[in-house]
Amino acid sequence: MKPTSYKHSPMKSETHPTRRQLLKAGVAMGAWLCVGPALANSDELQALIREFSGNAPVAPSQVLIDIAPIVDNGNTVPITVTVESPMTGSDYVTDIAIFNERNPQREVAQFQLTPRNGRARVATRIRLATTQHLVAVARMNDGTFWSHTVQVSVSIAACLEEVV
Amino acid sequence: MAQTLIKAPATAQRGEIIEVHTTISHEMETGFRPGDDGKILPRNIITSFSCHYNDELVFEATLFPAMAANPYIAFHVLATVSATLHLTWQGDRGFRHTEDLPIQVL
Repeated sequence: MKPTSYKHSPMKSETHPTRRQLLKAGVAMGAWLCVGPALANSDELQALIREFSGNAPVAPSQVLIDIAPIVDNGNTVPITVTVESPMTGSDYVTDIAIFNERNPQREVAQFQLTPRNGRARVATRIRLATTQHLVAVARMNDGTFWSHTVQVSVSIAACLEEVV
Repeated sequence: MAQTLIKAPATAQRGEIIEVHTTISHEMETGFRPGDDGKILPRNIITSFSCHYNDELVFEATLFPAMAANPYIAFHVLATVSATLHLTWQGDRGFRHTEDLPIQVL
């Protein structure tokens, strides 16, 4: 009798998860479990925004985060923040802060601008540990605060895997 | 010695708003990541960046571990007079790197 199972045995390894896939699954699961206290993270985020604004109201307008809604690799995610402002000596953006919801640390970056920038736009690349919200808050020279919030879905998390 | 890549126009019209793209080689070790031995690798990041237009501070950034490795920062500068842009990066473990970028205003 012919051992027909031989024919299929090489296929087995293809359908079987590799060690790397298993590790990834574990990491994803870990990330999933970590997001349990989402509300707590969100509270922490709101607290930090309040601290940044000195308890002044922050209105969701004037600021625009440009980022891909779905990112493959959270290790380097391009992001651009633009604030609507004439950037003149009497009317300009003084600060732009980017906060995240579910990285190990809520702050991402803070930028101090001057009228000499001419345009209130900053581009950078950031890390995202998991699917989460991002908030950019801008402070104007008149002391008003404005923000924009976006959600970004992340398939490969930063921080948890070795950077290739 | 860190390597940098800077892109900005060498010349500009007076009053023109130019964009300056910068990136610097740096691992930006977050301080949240375990090494091969399972222990958390100590944080080693660039914590600040600044741009002076001659002597005038025109742009500053405070960076946190959520910045990607080899931090890329792009911003705008209003070209007023021919000058040198002084770019400075500073970070953990006494990291400091400066670059001078001449700009000619026509």
